[in-house]
Amino acid sequence: MTTFGEMLMYDVAIIGAGVVGCAVARELSGLRMSVALIEARGDIGDATSKANTAILHTGFDCVPGSLESAMVARGYRLLGDYAPTVGIPIEGTGALLVAWSKEELDTLPKLALKALENGYDACEIIDSEAVYRAVPDLGSGALGGLTVPGESIICSWTTALAYATEAKARGCTLLLATAVTGVNVGDRVTTLETTGGQVQARWVVNAAGLGGDVIDRMFGFDRFTIVPRRGELLVFDKLSRPKAPRIVLPVPSSKGKGVLISPTIYGNVMLGPTSENLTDRADTSTTEEGFAFLLGKGRSLMPSLLEEDVTAAYAGLRASTEHSDFVVAASGEKRYIRLGGIRSTGLTASMALGEHVRTLLGEHGVTPGVRDVLPEPPRMPNIGEAFPRPYERDDLIDADPLYGTVTCFCERVTEGEIRDALQSAIPPRDPDGLRRRTRALMGRCQGFFCGAQVAALMEGPRAPAEAAHG
Amino acid sequence: MAETLRPDVLIVGGGPAGLTAARSLRRLGVAGVLVLDREEEAGGIPRHSDHLGYGIRDLRSVMKGPAYARRLVDRAQQAGAEIITSATVTGWAGERSLLATTPSGRIRFDAGAVILATGARERPRAARMVPGDRPLGVFTTGQLQQEVHLRHAEVGSRAVIVGSELVSWSAVLTLRHAGCSVALMTTEFECPEVYAPVAFAGRALLGGPLARATKVVRIIGRNRVEAVEIEHLVTGQRRMVACDTVVFTGDWVPDHELARSAGIDLDPGHRGPLVDTDLATSVGGVFAAGNLLHPVDTADVAALDGRHVAASVVRWLGDGPASRSAVRLVAGDPFDWVAPGLIGDHMVGPPRDRLLLWSHQAQSFPTVVARQGGAIIGRRTLPWPVSPGRVFRVPWSLVRRADPLGGDVTIGLN
Repeated sequence: MTTFGEMLMYDVAIIGAGVVGCAVARELSGLRMSVALIEARGDIGDATSKANTAILHTGFDCVPGSLESAMVARGYRLLGDYAPTVGIPIEGTGALLVAWSKEELDTLPKLALKALENGYDACEIIDSEAVYRAVPDLGSGALGGLTVPGESIICSWTTALAYATEAKARGCTLLLATAVTGVNVGDRVTTLETTGGQVQARWVVNAAGLGGDVIDRMFGFDRFTIVPRRGELLVFDKLSRPKAPRIVLPVPSSKGKGVLISPTIYGNVMLGPTSENLTDRADTSTTEEGFAFLLGKGRSLMPSLLEEDVTAAYAGLRASTEHSDFVVAASGEKRYIRLGGIRSTGLTASMALGEHVRTLLGEHGVTPGVRDVLPEPPRMPNIGEAFPRPYERDDLIDADPLYGTVTCFCERVTEGEIRDALQSAIPPRDPDGLRRRTRALMGRCQGFFCGAQVAALMEGPRAPAEAAHG
Repeated sequence: MAETLRPDVLIVGGGPAGLTAARSLRRLGVAGVLVLDREEEAGGIPRHSDHLGYGIRDLRSVMKGPAYARRLVDRAQQAGAEIITSATVTGWAGERSLLATTPSGRIRFDAGAVILATGARERPRAARMVPGDRPLGVFTTGQLQQEVHLRHAEVGSRAVIVGSELVSWSAVLTLRHAGCSVALMTTEFECPEVYAPVAFAGRALLGGPLARATKVVRIIGRNRVEAVEIEHLVTGQRRMVACDTVVFTGDWVPDHELARSAGIDLDPGHRGPLVDTDLATSVGGVFAAGNLLHPVDTADVAALDGRHVAASVVRWLGDGPASRSAVRLVAGDPFDWVAPGLIGDHMVGPPRDRLLLWSHQAQSFPTVVARQGGAIIGRRTLPWPVSPGRVFRVPWSLVRRADPLGGDVTIGLN
């Protein structure tokens, strides 16, 4: 980074710190170049990325030959390898597509064939009996299924945070709460007008998700329009987790991917999403219609699931476009790379998209080498249910009693973890950010017991004596 | 694992029921009585209910919640019970063995008997499936009272209270203390759910109107609550009410996770453990007491469960397993549940010789009828009303004539 007075100047500026922007920032900051990651919201992964179905996809049902298919297949391997090295929780639960009608049953062989075309050869068609053996709590009427053993569940929050944390350690500048309001492409340098002043960069990467088309137009293109597609999700109590040993997928139809039931990495069960095109790009409210639709689906897919309480209901917005594929292109003239129309598969594809941006830069003569010395990858706190967490680790509690001081009882989050998050490289700015880093407040009581205590901790750590004694 | 402790009786939950059970057990001569509480201070929900009304039936005095909580802690400790706070029970290691995480390490407890006294919590917004935005300013009473009384935090200036149970009026008092006015209180029922005197006094405090047969159908506000949309359940009419705070009150659910993870039979009505009149669960040596069994009755009633269960535990420690009775008490219309749900073997009645029931309909001067095998075995006309949103208490003598081999007894209104 070069500073001209108050002006900030970078080799590459990435707009959007969702999971894709963070992955690109991580990749590029490993090279001999200066990188800025600019985010309009106050936290990373705070828009589309935070309300994802959080599945690591094999890409078995992508459009064969598409960029999405290639990126998902490559990203699946890259993220699958990266996750354990930095501590992103991931569980290989596998998925089962369930056919509920003759028509859907007839589609299964075609899907198995499509999986092969996508380079995935582990699918298997099973009969109704095997379906119920795999997921005994399914509602009646399942005629058969297709297994996709490679589908996994992953923590999408930790993924974005790990990328951004590593990017920052590698020297990337993170500009949060900084919205890009204008673009001026000069001969050698592009100036971005932002709510935090001007930022200059030689190259700009557009990973702005829901705002991707707006940024694209600022660069003088008119290639796509984002339609925010709302997906509402219901998260059921942890006690329902045994009912969903694997991801239960519907057979895709012309109406979209439909409603799935999935275990979550935090030990809950998720039902959703709905699919509804909106005009408001910030409307993440849930609706009566959405709830009614999901409960109706749940009643036929898995009636016993509805006996459990709903722990959380939320809605995410997917950046859908008029194109069926990712809208990715580089303009040498404008030194600009667009990563548009990245839908929910973007989580899986994220690291491959990072690599792809590097390749595109190379094709335009930007070929900085890898830095001689890279910092060690970060070690992210585990918030996955399947792996040991601090409250159950004698070694951690012995070393620091705050890891034995449970603050959020429902999710068993300790005061030590909350302190760590608040002192981390990218600390949370609000209770929602803390929830994504620690799971605090995301449990069944939704703050009845610990809400006030968590809020107090966010205002500042307690004196050690007070913490130990209470 | 740091250590293993072997108390005679382990009590999970240091609220009114658990603390009272601990004191009673000591006074009945049980040597090792240990109470675990996950909060930094024991005392349970009364700790943050800073108003009068506590201690009436158990301590024969009238006190505020925090003082009552301290008093119960002191009395348990004076009697020789040990209380470990900041101890979160994380699961079972055996039939009467539990694991807990504490700041000084994880502890395993191998107990002679276990009493679950984990209480109840209010159902939060998500579980009630109220759609809309997810702004700041949405509370349960529990969270609101901790914010105000324990943390001295500011809440908003204009609140809508969802529910009109006893606890809802407690929320009114807390909001008033915090300088927040009440724009509206809503109840889905046609009549207020609490005792007339409370409602009468409460109405004077409320300041705002009480909307009956009304449901909150949406929360609006991107960052902070700006309004709620309400619907009249009879006319279907909807309107917006401006507010910056929403408090979801009542609609209690038992904190039953520990019971469920032990495979203990649950009552399908209240979803707490299914217990007999001894307050014994389906797992030998595991008992339950307090609002885990009847979400919720008042704190003093929960405390008196503790006194009752102590005697049962002493019997169990002395005699060992007793055969479990087959007579099930079933809630008939208009009741959702009856507690306890089984008639025990010792010919002892339930705590306070009262059956506790929960109704979804109101009725004055109700006649309660118990039936077994088609025959009426008991009938009582009671001077107190049945009302939704609060426990309805019925004398145990109603079912005293139940035949131990006669099958289920159904309790309903005439």
